[in-house]
Amino acid sequence: MKIPELFPLLFGAPWRWLRLVGAVATAAWVVVGCGPTGGATGDTIPVGEFASLTGSEAAFGRSSHNGTVLAIDEINAAGGVLGKKLVLVTEDNQSKEGESQTAVKKLISRDKVVAVLGEVASGRSIEAAQTCQKYRVPQVSPSSTNPKVTEQGDCIFRVCFIDPFQGTVMAKFAAGTLKARKVGLLVDVGAPYSVGLATFFKEGFVAGGGTIVAEQKFTKDDKDFKAQLTAIKAAGPDAIFVPAYYGQVTLIVMQARELGITVPFIGGDGWEAPELLKGPGAKEALEGCYFSTHFSPDQATPKSRDFVAKYAARHGAKPDAMAALGYDSAQLLADAMRRAGSADPAKVRDALAATRDFDGVTGRMTLDASRNARKSAVILAIQKGEFVYKETVNP
Amino acid sequence: MKDAGARRWWVAAMAVAALLGWLEPRLDIYLADVLARVGINVVLAVSLNLINGHAGQFSLGHAGFMGVGAYAAAAITVLAGPHVLPTSCPDWLHQGWFLLALAGGGAAAALAGLLVGAPSLRLKGDYLAIVTLGFGQIIGVIVRNMEPLGGALGLSGIPPRTNLFWVLAAAATTVYGVTTLVNSTHGRGFIATHDDEVAAEAMGLDTTRYKIVAFVTGAFFAGVAGGLWGHFKLTISPKEFDFNRSIEIVVMVIVGGMGRTAGVMAAATVLTLLPEGLRLVAGLSPSLKWVGESRPLLYALMLIALMLLRPQGLFAWSRARPRPA
Repeated sequence: MKIPELFPLLFGAPWRWLRLVGAVATAAWVVVGCGPTGGATGDTIPVGEFASLTGSEAAFGRSSHNGTVLAIDEINAAGGVLGKKLVLVTEDNQSKEGESQTAVKKLISRDKVVAVLGEVASGRSIEAAQTCQKYRVPQVSPSSTNPKVTEQGDCIFRVCFIDPFQGTVMAKFAAGTLKARKVGLLVDVGAPYSVGLATFFKEGFVAGGGTIVAEQKFTKDDKDFKAQLTAIKAAGPDAIFVPAYYGQVTLIVMQARELGITVPFIGGDGWEAPELLKGPGAKEALEGCYFSTHFSPDQATPKSRDFVAKYAARHGAKPDAMAALGYDSAQLLADAMRRAGSADPAKVRDALAATRDFDGVTGRMTLDASRNARKSAVILAIQKGEFVYKETVNP
Repeated sequence: MKDAGARRWWVAAMAVAALLGWLEPRLDIYLADVLARVGINVVLAVSLNLINGHAGQFSLGHAGFMGVGAYAAAAITVLAGPHVLPTSCPDWLHQGWFLLALAGGGAAAALAGLLVGAPSLRLKGDYLAIVTLGFGQIIGVIVRNMEPLGGALGLSGIPPRTNLFWVLAAAATTVYGVTTLVNSTHGRGFIATHDDEVAAEAMGLDTTRYKIVAFVTGAFFAGVAGGLWGHFKLTISPKEFDFNRSIEIVVMVIVGGMGRTAGVMAAATVLTLLPEGLRLVAGLSPSLKWVGESRPLLYALMLIALMLLRPQGLFAWSRARPRPA
């Protein structure tokens, strides 16, 4: 079989010349027709956002997106930036690995965005960072906490704290507020988030004079944790640190209560989702547990109270940490443009890098030399089936 | 053997690849990105078609082989590369090293294919589907637990070596390789095995051997595609090579028509362009925004409609002459 016979439609004799003309025209379009279609030249400034609006992390992605949209609308209502309105162009990556770069390239080349906001999951932020760094378009991640994200290059920033800080915060909290001397660890070895938090918790807690009496492992698809919990129980800890995502945390704590473990469980921002307290007996089991996160709607700062009211009016729900960080990422970008006095990506980058004491709804933040936000964390307690603000821990 | 024609087309395709490789710096980056994805998907779909279509074996682990190739090729350029070639070397040496990495990725995937295929292809029936399904999962678990390869967060810092020339050259070579293989003695064996395994055995064909040849060859090209993918994206993570990715490739083969190389190429192209087309439609006006948000849904609906209306595959055109068998 010759290859032309594989393509009867494409190479049928009557069409041959017509198709040749078509091919040449297509090639011409490809080379010539893809010129600039937008840019910050008019009376608007395009800002790109890539987010997981559908797929497995859509709950996080939507929250973050809602926060960003609220911020952009507010900025525009107040007259925009540098006399121009911001236009948010959002692309969905379906929570799929391998999609973000295409989305970001589209934002950069078609929409001529001056900066890119996104996203929640660290892995996908790193993917997009390759493209943003290559074309030197600043990227601000709202809530990717893995240290590697901003290590991808000097154009990549974030408005959240990083995993090491969160681990250290919980170590401080366990030793200080909880007065724990002995702590057990239960770690998801398949998740870099979990391993990172556990490592830095251990360092901080041991440095503070405490002991890790048990360290047990599990993976993403586990449903039964009784073996690990029994081993931890035998070591007699004062508290148990479980840096995992909400889905498994509920199961772990409920099974622990069945085994008669009464000590408090503590964790990180992966706990924060309404789903944590769903299911029969979940609220009772998690009563008196604590986790660290970026933001609490009950924080008594005027700025956060204002944000909570506006968010509720716009989206009809209480904002969570993802929403607050999405909001802060857009506000920080606008602030950097104002300070730069320009919407030129290079100047915006320099202004972002020079951010000092930016007053966001998630707290006052300074971007350090590694382009990570230095800011405080909040600890939430679970009381009577609600997330209640407990305290703020400063870096 | 009428391969002279096929070879001419291969040479023509390589010329087009060279032209596009030369044009790439002048192209819109989004367009170049989409073209590269089309090329990589053509390699994947055409090579899976060799296994699922021509040889009639049902593999659900093609993304797993792609993953093996991606990690092996990345290991050659990222982990071994700096020891062999200092960065000061001229670019053509790095490109040569990349070609070696691609071949290494393909070879690693082919070896994995042999390890998986040799025991399971002795059996008749759907065992291969289950074994390859398991294989894809195992690859994910192994990589997640290997720190030198980046673990669950993935391996980043892969040098940007893939360009349109490499992608299109690989696609052309895959199509040429698969076409000539199918037209060779081996190909007759694949088709006989596909059509009726018992009859083929009765005629004295070693069906196991034909199945393994098809499987290992398909795995090789999937590994090459993985190598291209890694050096194109510059960061790879085990999640990319999961079951869903395998299904995407299987869908391309089914939509294109099992065993129809040209149809599968067309399907890989259309199914890669479709979501991007919907993305552009969504960007046309705010009233069309819903198109962007319901892309996965629209994609699924189109597939269902397609399978109801054209179960033999969208691009399974009638042929000028009966199928060679």
